[in-house]
Amino acid sequence: MSKFKEQIKRAFAITKKDVKIYYSKGPVVIFGLLFPLFLFLAYTIGRNMPLKELMSGLIGMTVFFTSTSVGPGIVPWETRSRTLERLICCPITFWAIILGDVLSSFIFGVAISIIPVIFTLTLGLDPLNFILLVAVLTLASFCFSALSVLLSSYPPTDIPATTMMMSSLVKFPLVFISGIFIPTEQLPQWGKIVSLISPLTYFTDISRHIILGKGC
Amino acid sequence: MTNSILVSDLTKRFNGTLAVDHIGFEVKSGEIFGFLGPNGAGKTTTIRILTGILKPDEGTAIVAGYDVLENPIEVKQQIGVVPEVSNAYVDLSAWENLMLIGELYGLPKGERVKNATELLREFGLYEVRHKKVRGFSKGMKQRLLLCMALMNNPEILFLDEPTSGLDVQSALLVRDKVRQYNREGKTIFLSTHNMEEANMLCHRIAIINHGKIAAIDTPENLRVQSMELQYVEVSFEKNVNLEDLSELPNANRILLTGNKIRIYTSNPSAVIESIVDIARRLNLRILSLNTMMPSLEDIFIKLIKEHEVAR
Repeated sequence: MSKFKEQIKRAFAITKKDVKIYYSKGPVVIFGLLFPLFLFLAYTIGRNMPLKELMSGLIGMTVFFTSTSVGPGIVPWETRSRTLERLICCPITFWAIILGDVLSSFIFGVAISIIPVIFTLTLGLDPLNFILLVAVLTLASFCFSALSVLLSSYPPTDIPATTMMMSSLVKFPLVFISGIFIPTEQLPQWGKIVSLISPLTYFTDISRHIILGKGC
Repeated sequence: MTNSILVSDLTKRFNGTLAVDHIGFEVKSGEIFGFLGPNGAGKTTTIRILTGILKPDEGTAIVAGYDVLENPIEVKQQIGVVPEVSNAYVDLSAWENLMLIGELYGLPKGERVKNATELLREFGLYEVRHKKVRGFSKGMKQRLLLCMALMNNPEILFLDEPTSGLDVQSALLVRDKVRQYNREGKTIFLSTHNMEEANMLCHRIAIINHGKIAAIDTPENLRVQSMELQYVEVSFEKNVNLEDLSELPNANRILLTGNKIRIYTSNPSAVIESIVDIARRLNLRILSLNTMMPSLEDIFIKLIKEHEVAR
């Protein structure tokens, strides 16, 4: 048990290092902040939808893009600079290294996504639902972070742009089939079936239910 | 004397090609053990196995009393590694790099700060400790790598080409530190291309070629085993035709190197007597006459050639 606790502490050291190095990297800022913002603006400007209706989509997109923006780059960056080898030389297990990377992605996701979640309070969301939304956001952010680190593992590469591109290839279709822009109940039958494979569908569904009181 | 490293039948293949071919050796505690070989001989692969980066396909390696396959974390806790290529985090400062390594070794904060401060002062990096490593010279990066490898006060230090590409001053500092840490009781496993470095630092040397160990011994014993490589070097006042020396007894090979004549022999005294006789007969004045022991480089080339022939 003490060995396990020690490895958890070392995973936090990895997280701390990732926060210092990767949060300010260009691709993280572009894919994690600017991209979802512009995508959201492109979707909302000119459409007369109530703000409350838009919030679940905005939160879903924010948590998904922010939580998956740090993870895909870390492993190829570290492989390229040989720092991954440095970590492997140290007395830390592989799972602790991966956990550290997932946690750094998770913290980035939660820290950014909490802003629109707090904004929902001004739209009349009651405190209990707010707590529920934060809990769901936390769980979703962790899942999406883990998914993003998983996406960086194949194809094995030391070029961050390759994994960024591959992860975008997976992420964008998921956004369009997850009920962010079009509620899943309005999708055709095949769309509803396809939406079930996206982890984002479940978050969007829960957040719509919490904010609007409707969903599947 | 106990063994710090015990390797037996170690084998590693990459896509069916043998990189390390059933090698075995031991490194005694407190020893500086040199690992020499040409490029692609299997030096770095062996170090990577011993430091837990790669898993061997066959064989065992016991490092600091632990099996690298069964207890990799325990092995890594006892060792420090200076890799061939600089791998400090260039986006972090020297201080942040050392703090990270300290945390990864599970050192308490007080010990991390104390060790980092001492090491940075010792290696002349304390004044630049808050600067990002990206702006460091190669020598500074190498010194930082040594600091990182020493943060946990390791029992065994693995150095993979530690002076490669360094300026003379930095290389001297690294060698001094290797000697110093060895005197303080650390076992050093040193991979190098530099024969003179191995000669100066190592208690014993292993020569590896095509993944196999060609020889393991002390530098002096390797020299003794290669006595046919010793030579007499003579220079005369006037140019001498090599044919005049062709009848020298006990001469294995005669070479002209600049204005000196090099006569390889296993009996230098007989050759010297004959040279003096020839000089008298031809009325030549001898400017210099030296008996030279084979350099480690000569022995290395000979062993590698013998190994190639045996293959």
